[in-house]
Amino acid sequence: MNEAPVKQRSLVREIWKNRAGYLFVIPHFALFVVFFLVPVAWGMYLSLFDYNVFSRTFIGLENYKTIFGDWLFLRALRNTFFYTFGVVPLWLGKALLVTVLIYPFRKSIRTFFKAAFYLPHVTSTVIISMIWLWVFNPNFGLLNFAMRTLGLEPVIWLGRTATAMPSLIIMQVIMGGGSTIVLLSAAMSSIPEYYFEAATIEGANSWTIFRKITIPLLKPTILYAMVMGTIANFQTFSNIYIMTKGGPQFSTTTIAFLVYETAFVDYDLGLASAMSMVMFAILVVLGLVQFKWLGSNVEY
Amino acid sequence: MRAKTKTNIKKAISLLILGILASLAFIPLYWMVATAFTKPSLTLKFPPEIIPRNPTLDNFKELFQRKIIFRWTLNSVIVSGSVTIAQIFFCAMAGYSLAKKRFPGGKALFSVYIASMMIPTQVTLVPLYIMIARMGLVNTYAALILPAIAAPFGVFLMRQFMLSVPSEIIEAARIDGASEFRTFTKIIIPISKPAMAVLGIFTFVGQWNSFLWPLVVTNTSEMRVLQAGLSLLQEQVPMQYSYLMASATYSAIPMIIVFLAFQKYFLRGITVGAVK
Repeated sequence: MNEAPVKQRSLVREIWKNRAGYLFVIPHFALFVVFFLVPVAWGMYLSLFDYNVFSRTFIGLENYKTIFGDWLFLRALRNTFFYTFGVVPLWLGKALLVTVLIYPFRKSIRTFFKAAFYLPHVTSTVIISMIWLWVFNPNFGLLNFAMRTLGLEPVIWLGRTATAMPSLIIMQVIMGGGSTIVLLSAAMSSIPEYYFEAATIEGANSWTIFRKITIPLLKPTILYAMVMGTIANFQTFSNIYIMTKGGPQFSTTTIAFLVYETAFVDYDLGLASAMSMVMFAILVVLGLVQFKWLGSNVEY
Repeated sequence: MRAKTKTNIKKAISLLILGILASLAFIPLYWMVATAFTKPSLTLKFPPEIIPRNPTLDNFKELFQRKIIFRWTLNSVIVSGSVTIAQIFFCAMAGYSLAKKRFPGGKALFSVYIASMMIPTQVTLVPLYIMIARMGLVNTYAALILPAIAAPFGVFLMRQFMLSVPSEIIEAARIDGASEFRTFTKIIIPISKPAMAVLGIFTFVGQWNSFLWPLVVTNTSEMRVLQAGLSLLQEQVPMQYSYLMASATYSAIPMIIVFLAFQKYFLRGITVGAVK
């Protein structure tokens, strides 16, 4: 009978005893609750409403039914998957290649290349997009100049449905991957050197060493880079907003762009919230799948 | 001797591949700067001038005639600066507590932070906008700054760093009679300076380059930050590439300088939390 109050009192005492711990967390956590956790919960709630200029009515799962019956949303999903699964593997491939290639060099050269590959990361996506819009320009752009110099036909890169999305993917792969390179290099330098030496003495060639030693030992880092890369690229927005506005013929409309348009152009806030929730759910599933697939013996 | 020649050939091929990959990313950046110094009439000419033959400052002069660009720069400095300072201290405090203090709910708190890093921006975008609008904060610095301070990544980063701080130092200070607050300011902050520098640089650059939230939450030209302002220019004068590239160069250079100055922090910082 007395147990509950006693338990409660001891919990209060426990909290009082550890008040310093709470006091240090609270400044950030308070903001985090107000400007992050509450909006997340509110977003779930909003997704159940017909919420726009004219109405604020509870409609249950109606928004979800609407978006899954909407060809444009499904198209955006497909585009987003195409973009993400185009960029992430190529990014990882590029990062792995660079990491392995710079490994044998002395430190100054390694640092130089790491810095060189990281440089585009400090330039905003807005700027990178403006530059590439100019590079892709069909008449005066650098790329078509290169094409003509090589004796090839100029291409309207961003103006055709067939080439627009692949062009954006290539741009992202060329400019990106820098942080993954830094990550992988750090992980690789923590592999004891005698692993590689022993394998070389045993007569293993570079490809075997790469497959049997490098890749397995880098697996946790590759997994981390893959999950983070998937999350980041799945939300791609700025390049679409600046370069294509989702066109031509919706071939580059990503979910993030569609959420923006639905919310702040059509002002259909309930529908936009439902879309963002689907996006969230997909990222959770993708994350779990990646952990399951690669993470079998990875410890965190 | 032969083995040595073989490694040298291998290294030469490696350098070639690395050089090509690095130039691919570098050429567009060079092209931005080159175009910025080219006369507007010459940009719409074929073939393009790879090295501007008569470099000109006209594009920058024209850019700086729009006084609004200085307002955008000031906004960017105010927003990025405030967010960075607040993040450094709030995240250092929270990270210290989550790494070094045991208290009921501490583990759960940390899990919430970790899980929230997987949530895409779009999830909070709409509700946050409604919230800010109801608070009457649209078009204010508060709207640009407060949600950015609440971002979870910094807490994660600082917590991972604080784990490596030996607990003995903290205990020793406590035994010597230092208060919790004193222990934090006199022991923890000095030790954490490298991690705080990393977080500060990442936050500043990230904030300077952020686009979506400022685009949504400001609607007058005066309240735009630099990136959102650039997209406005892009819409107003879509074909004036020399002018646009001058504005892009103007906005990119501060961050490139920050990067070159603090390079080692950048390269080290990315690995915090990912590699044990």
